[in-house]
Amino acid sequence: MKLSLRGVVKEFGSNRVCDGISLDVAEGQMVCLIGASGGGKSTLLRCINLLEPIEDGEIFLDGEDISVPGLDPAPVRRRIGMVFQSYNLFPHMTAEENAMLAPRRVRGMSSEALRPEITALFERFGLADRMGHYPDQLSGGQQQRVAIVRALAMRPEVMLFDEITSALDPQLVGEVLDVLRLLKDDGMTMVLATHEMNFAREAADKVCFLANGKIIEEGSPSQIFGAPEQPETKAFLARALK
Amino acid sequence: MSRTRRQIYEDKLRRRSLLIAGASSLAVFAAVIILVPLAPGWEKVAKSFFNWSVFQRTFPGLIEAFLQNIMIFAWSAPMIAILGLIIALMRDVRSPVLFPLRIFGAAYTDIFRGLPVILTVYLIGFGIPGLGLPRPWNSPYIWGTVALVLTYSAYVAEIFRGGIDSVHTSQRAAAQSLGLSERDTMRYVILPQAIRRVIPAQMNMLIALQKDVALLSFIGPVEIFRQAGVFKSLMANFTPYVGAAMIFLAVTIPATRYADYLMSRQAKERS
Repeated sequence: MKLSLRGVVKEFGSNRVCDGISLDVAEGQMVCLIGASGGGKSTLLRCINLLEPIEDGEIFLDGEDISVPGLDPAPVRRRIGMVFQSYNLFPHMTAEENAMLAPRRVRGMSSEALRPEITALFERFGLADRMGHYPDQLSGGQQQRVAIVRALAMRPEVMLFDEITSALDPQLVGEVLDVLRLLKDDGMTMVLATHEMNFAREAADKVCFLANGKIIEEGSPSQIFGAPEQPETKAFLARALK
Repeated sequence: MSRTRRQIYEDKLRRRSLLIAGASSLAVFAAVIILVPLAPGWEKVAKSFFNWSVFQRTFPGLIEAFLQNIMIFAWSAPMIAILGLIIALMRDVRSPVLFPLRIFGAAYTDIFRGLPVILTVYLIGFGIPGLGLPRPWNSPYIWGTVALVLTYSAYVAEIFRGGIDSVHTSQRAAAQSLGLSERDTMRYVILPQAIRRVIPAQMNMLIALQKDVALLSFIGPVEIFRQAGVFKSLMANFTPYVGAAMIFLAVTIPATRYADYLMSRQAKERS
């Protein structure tokens, strides 16, 4: 397994946000986490990227336990890219500088050496003419694609996407989802928290329904969307697909 | 294109408020001009504060003394900016090894913000030269400036810290998710945004510093305020103080306006 979670528990004060979550993600798989807001999807992604320390359980990346308390998180984060709902681009840098900062500092490469690689990424996602723009000169969809390019510039082995289309106007959602389809074709291992049910049904290899910090039900998209077994899953899908 | 009903109405309103504002300002101005000279001591005040010939004779000397203020300002301002930033960063360190730095940063800002500036200037400006250091290290000019640097960097540090805290945590999360170290996150992501945000507030600190340079007059350096005092004793007339005030205002009013402009522009950008 590329990524394995075993009994992950995360609490904020007395609030148990992840309540013993176990999940396996195979190399090249796209796993979609669905469920109502507050169900623990985003927190789970933040835990995988070590942005939140977990109370209990283990997280394995390529069989290596990355949830050991006290482990330096930076080398792990370099292998796991993350994209956020609100883009979180650095507003004082151009799109290109956003994408170059981490590779320059972490991989120790010069801008010149990086440029062909970074330019290729921008070209691939239809942003070649936007490299010199600042985030506030870009549309939401463009900003989110730049955020994806920025994460990819670190050549991660796994990508986490935290409701990356939730802040976008409906007509901009498509261009971002197209990027995800491209990445899936590349064989990228991906975990998404998403409200895009149609996308999850069409593109995911596995769908997990989360509620109250637990995975209530998981299976193939046709299983979850076509024949859900748990009453909570049925109730959620009835509301979400309405 | 003919004007709409609303434009005609608004023009009328504007003309009326202009007229009223003009009339009321004129009335107040006239009252001051007429009433103040009626005060019993006006003759004396006019002679000792607004004496044209004294003004003419002392003004060039005041300008020359003001260069001393500018000098003191010019070498203390960059030191304040650097020291303030260092203190602000000290208060943000998390490693336990560096805990003493954190305590030092907190104590530093508490002490120097807690003391009246003039008291710090006295204690350091008189106290340290009293140690009997060799020239030029016994100069109250140096130690008075050091006192200003210490005081102002405490305030400036707090403003920097406010700026650092105002950068949303999601920026830190984004930087860390890319695998950047704490240090690089601060240097390349947090600080550039924080510094940009606090520039107008720091401008106001510079303006305050510019005025507080006059406090050094109490311990020795002949800057403009002290020079005005010398002229006052020499000519038994207070006009030099008015001249000094005019020189200060000529610098501080444009600077304040510029800081206000920066601040309002920033507020507009953020909305």
